[in-house]
Amino acid sequence: MDLAYLWFFIVGFLFIGYFVLDGFDFGVGMSLPFLSKDDTDRRVLINTIGPIWDLNETWVIVAGASLFAAFPEWYATLFSGFYLALLLILLALIVRGVSFEYRHKNPDSRWKKWFDGMIIVGSAVPALLWGVAFANIVQGVELDASFTYSGGLLPLLNPYALLGGLTTLLLFFTHGVIFVSLKTDGELRECARVLATKSGILTIVVAATFLVWTTLAYGSFLSGAVAVIAAVALIASYVLNLRGREGWAFGFMAFTIATAVLSLFLALFPDVMPASNNPAYSLTIENASSSNYTLTVMTWTALFALPLVLAYQGWTYWIFRKRVTRATVLVSAH
Amino acid sequence: MEWLDPLALARWQFGLTTVYHFLFVPITIGMALVVAIFQTAWYRTDKTQYLQLTRFFGGLFLINFAMGVVTGIVQEFQFGMNWSDYSRFVGDIFGAPLAFEGLLAFFFEATFIGLWIFGWDKLPRGLHLATIWCASMGAILSAYFILAANAFMQNPVGYAMNPEKGRAELVDIVAVLFNPIALAQFPHTILGSIMVATAIIVSVAAWHISRGQHFETMRPALRLGLWGLLASGVLMFISGDSLGLAMVQAQPMKMAAAESLYSTTAGASFSIFSIGTPDGSSEIWSVRVPGLLSFLSTHTFNGTVEGINDLQVAYVKAYGPGDYSPITWVTYWAFRWMIGLGAVAAIVATAGLFFTRGHRLPKNKWIWKIAIWSWPLPLIAMSVGWIFTEMGRQPWIVFGLLKTEAGVSPGVSGLDVLISLIAFTLVYGILAVVEVKLFLKTAQAGPAPIEMTKVDGSDDEQPVLVGTVY
Ligand code: HDD
Ligand code: HEM
Ligand code: HEM
Repeated sequence: MDLAYLWFFIVGFLFIGYFVLDGFDFGVGMSLPFLSKDDTDRRVLINTIGPIWDLNETWVIVAGASLFAAFPEWYATLFSGFYLALLLILLALIVRGVSFEYRHKNPDSRWKKWFDGMIIVGSAVPALLWGVAFANIVQGVELDASFTYSGGLLPLLNPYALLGGLTTLLLFFTHGVIFVSLKTDGELRECARVLATKSGILTIVVAATFLVWTTLAYGSFLSGAVAVIAAVALIASYVLNLRGREGWAFGFMAFTIATAVLSLFLALFPDVMPASNNPAYSLTIENASSSNYTLTVMTWTALFALPLVLAYQGWTYWIFRKRVTRATVLVSAH
Repeated sequence: MEWLDPLALARWQFGLTTVYHFLFVPITIGMALVVAIFQTAWYRTDKTQYLQLTRFFGGLFLINFAMGVVTGIVQEFQFGMNWSDYSRFVGDIFGAPLAFEGLLAFFFEATFIGLWIFGWDKLPRGLHLATIWCASMGAILSAYFILAANAFMQNPVGYAMNPEKGRAELVDIVAVLFNPIALAQFPHTILGSIMVATAIIVSVAAWHISRGQHFETMRPALRLGLWGLLASGVLMFISGDSLGLAMVQAQPMKMAAAESLYSTTAGASFSIFSIGTPDGSSEIWSVRVPGLLSFLSTHTFNGTVEGINDLQVAYVKAYGPGDYSPITWVTYWAFRWMIGLGAVAAIVATAGLFFTRGHRLPKNKWIWKIAIWSWPLPLIAMSVGWIFTEMGRQPWIVFGLLKTEAGVSPGVSGLDVLISLIAFTLVYGILAVVEVKLFLKTAQAGPAPIEMTKVDGSDDEQPVLVGTVY
């Protein structure tokens, strides 16, 4: 049974990886209307994440599959319960992914406008809804004796959850904009830095409110402490961005998202899906997990695979470390 | 309300989205392999036409890949969304291969595809070649894990029931990963994917050659495509045969339904074609090959094949009252279309090799038309093959353990499923139009010329390699 606790944190780690990495992809997508003055700018922005968005997105697939394998009950309750929210996320991810790949295939400006719009919406919708979903998990929903949630979409759109959604939306937006200033040059880099200072203030206010609410209403001492670390890192990121230290600002922003998500997982612990109506119906790490044998097999696989994955993904980021400029984009004929 | 039945809608949604996903998957698997072969040929020979082929078919591959990725995410989520009781029941076992697929294959594939697309001018040539091979191997590995997951549903192995939790639990991961059904499905699926990709390559090459353009690049592509199609087509029959043997062991009912064979028969014949009442229970006219069904099921011409009625009686005894036969007209025709379309594709490949032998090129425009229009044959055969496999398993979702009706999500209303079914149908429909248009446009534009540059201090020329930029 101890392995189930380990897997709670491995699943947490995979979701942290997803939010830190695809988080800035969402931010870059959402920043299109704010940062670009022409098509070349938009191409620069999209190309900052061109080689990596797919591998970043794959983190959610692995997180989902690991959830399925390690906590089938949690996977089943969560995915069937949050049905329409997940449907919207899926549709958004579909149009976003296709748009990256297809937008440059046709010089027609109407074609490009369409796909730009789909990138923006396809980035904003998951950025918002992932926060709504996670806030609802922490808050708990009404479950019946067989761990089924059948309340539909509306109860999920409560004030706390919407604040959670707004928090991830703003965090990812600022994260992405800082990423842009790190990965581009010239005017775009400067614009991004300025935009990040503006959105940064709003992000700090909203995220701090959400973390305080979480800690007071659902948190523990530990989750609260981690939330404080997240808040401090967020402010550090803001200051560093102000000083033009993009690399550090980005690093602290990534750390903020990681610790914020960790604090949510700690607030949840040892439940995985609390029942707000009756604690006896709550899904916990114990009653939601797979058998010990399955978890053992999974643990060995993860021990083998995760270091390898981190190594070749790190190497990929290294290969594509150069800034993307208007010149690079214009040289390539298409 | 009849039409708001969550079970029926969830089944429609699963069938629709999975078949749609599986239109792109075989193209990805097969095309990645062929592109890797072209790039290897360029690496070895330095002939620019191979570089052109790599980049040209690589472009087509990527248009398709994007669709495979985005439709794949839906698959991953769908088990929990629409089939939550199924997920609770098998998650302990079924989740593991899916997680392996993500950890070991998808990460690998997604990372190396990115490196390949954008790394032309950033990686040394040899390393860049390695990235496409890694991506191809990742795709093939992911197919293995997903098939192992599916094979558990066809033929549950390596599990024990936990009555307290009311679920099946894993006791032997090796048995699950080396399920005989998975071992037989894997070559069948990979070979089928090669058929799909090579048929597309033949079609594109024939289109250009018949218009008298890009002859230098397209002729090697045509010949390679034809050889690949023929070879994989022939091997497909052999692997289909061994899959059939494995399947009869696991699910005799499926084979009986594939022939609409109602009573147990020794030396059973196989009907190539028949006209009868729609459910196949009585026959008006048919063309039959004596002993073939027995041969497919047992490898002897007078072996005994169990019939639907006898199996039904046995299943009622084992599992309680109920109807244990699938919809026979679907299985009957799906099985024939799978084999028939594959056979036609193999014949087209043979004829194509004959007509283009030596340095010949046929003049007759009908020959070209057939070569151009044969591309969908293997692709449709793949889809109907899956429809056969999945619908032939009914009424079970996990054979012998869980009925499909018991797997559906209890908390999801028919309206929810209807909304998502409509949303997916619309989005998938629109995307299909966009993707086909782009695919055709890119295919018809033909391979782009490669810019060359002088190497310092010598007369040798080297191609200018530019990474893709969105
Ligand atoms: C190009 C496509 C194609 C072609 C030409 C064939 N098949 Fe096939 N077949 C498939 C594509 C396919 C498939 C779509 O890929 C399936 C679905 C499940 C699987 O593993 O492969 C399949 C399934 C499938 C099954 C069902 C397995 C199960 O239910 O577990 C059998 C018995 C066969 N095939 C047998 C054959 C035979 C005897 C063939 C030729 C003589 C043949 N197939 C040609
Ligand atoms: C690991 C791979 C697969 C798994 C786990 C899987 C699982 C399922 C499940 C859960 C259902 C719904 C319940 C049912 O109606 O039986 C289903 C149905 C179906 N699947 Fe699959 N499937 C897989 C692969 C495929 C593929 C690749 C295809 C086709 C391209 C396919 C085609 C279908 C179809 C057509 C149905 C509808 C059958 C019906 O409702 O009667 N499946 N499968
Ligand atoms: C019904 C079960 C299935 C699930 C849950 C599933 C899941 C997925 C997911 C999540 C992706 C996206 C991966 C990425 O982002 O790189 C994907 C793509 C892919 N899937 Fe599926 N899939 C299913 C059926 C199949 C089958 C039956 C096969 C092969 C036999 C297959 C082979 C592939 C391959 C090769 C890709 C890579 C890219 C592409 O499709 O173009 N899938 N699948």
